[in-house]
Amino acid sequence: MFTDFALEGDLVGAGLACRRGERIVFAGLDCRLAAGGALMLTGPNGSGKSSLLRLLAGLLAPSAGRLAWGGAPIAEDPAAWRAALHYVGHLDATKPALTPRETLGFWAALRNPATPPAVETALAAFGLAAVADWPCRWLSAGQRRRLALARLVAAPAPVWLLDEPSAALDGEGEARLAAAIAAHRAAGGRVAIATHQPLDVTGADRIALDDYAASPEDALAALW
Amino acid sequence: MSAFLGVVRRDVRLSLRQGGEVGLVLGFFVLTVLLFPFGVGPEPQVLGRIAAGIIWAATLLAAVLDLDRLFAADFADGGLDLIALSPMPLELAVLAKIAAHWLTTGLPMVLISPLLAVFVDLDPAAIPMLMLGLLIGTPALSLLGAVAAALTLGARRAGVLVALIVLPLYLPPLIFATAAVEAVLTGASARSDLLLLGAIALAALALAPWATAAALRQALE
Repeated sequence: MFTDFALEGDLVGAGLACRRGERIVFAGLDCRLAAGGALMLTGPNGSGKSSLLRLLAGLLAPSAGRLAWGGAPIAEDPAAWRAALHYVGHLDATKPALTPRETLGFWAALRNPATPPAVETALAAFGLAAVADWPCRWLSAGQRRRLALARLVAAPAPVWLLDEPSAALDGEGEARLAAAIAAHRAAGGRVAIATHQPLDVTGADRIALDDYAASPEDALAALW
Repeated sequence: MSAFLGVVRRDVRLSLRQGGEVGLVLGFFVLTVLLFPFGVGPEPQVLGRIAAGIIWAATLLAAVLDLDRLFAADFADGGLDLIALSPMPLELAVLAKIAAHWLTTGLPMVLISPLLAVFVDLDPAAIPMLMLGLLIGTPALSLLGAVAAALTLGARRAGVLVALIVLPLYLPPLIFATAAVEAVLTGASARSDLLLLGAIALAALALAPWATAAALRQALE
């Protein structure tokens, strides 16, 4: 179910800064995600947890700092980086008219066209086998969340970037998520999680985003 | 390639399944054309003379109808993030979505156009040329429309905005496609008109995916 990711190299961020409009969200942030490692991003609403994840994913360009994967800057080979990561944002990317099985099959094949997607394994891993052929419009918010997380299992990738993964999940769903994360890390996978809820992830490094918030003076200085 | 076909298949499946989006566009197309015999009157000389223009104008309006939906749904549900993050180049994914748009709007209009040509008294000899022009021109409509759809992503009333941006861009295909039909009616050669129409379609094919992908990346920041 999980392949060995230990040899892929580290994800390293140095001096990362994020700017939205005229506001500096955070600055001077260093992070490192080694094989089997986990990174917990914490901080109050608006402190930039989601922005940091989007920045790590490459959806957002950092206004300062560097990002490297496997020893090479991500900006040099964005396609290789995209092929190595899974991003589960706070939106579930489900279509009301498609079934969970179709949804998973599509996203997994898009990520990894060469190998057949492990759709059944992924559906079972998040307890969705019973609703696999319902249209997604019948699913609850928690079930849609599970479906978004099942993408992680359906197509393997060494780095997982998860934005509030346990939102809308019940206790059983949280346990399934924790088990998937543990199995991923045991195989040498890396995971970065932005979350408010306590999540059962052992030995995670923590980054409190409010420690990197730019003071108003710094923000002004950066503008000039 | 299989990832490309996967996106095409999914988008076609979605629009076939989601409450007849294909039917809406096609219905709008047919009704718009049918307004003219009632408005202009049934004299064959008048109607047949402007038939190609009627059908093409209706095509342009129908092609604009669901353009704003091309990326908006995926943008709203987070799917566009995943498409942008997939190993496939975004330009290629965009081209796949445009192909699916053409298959579900352009192609049905091409196929139904001979029937409408009869309604508006187009000389039957000119019907193959009308269809050929639509076959070459409608992909260009989808390609150019995608750029506008990506530029207006996230804007309120994006549908109207898209129409205002894109209808002027649709003028060159309109001019050359109707000129080709006109040439057949007057016994002249339609070759140059068709070549120009083809050139427009190819230029749109070469440029639109890049412009669209750039606009989408901007929207996702």
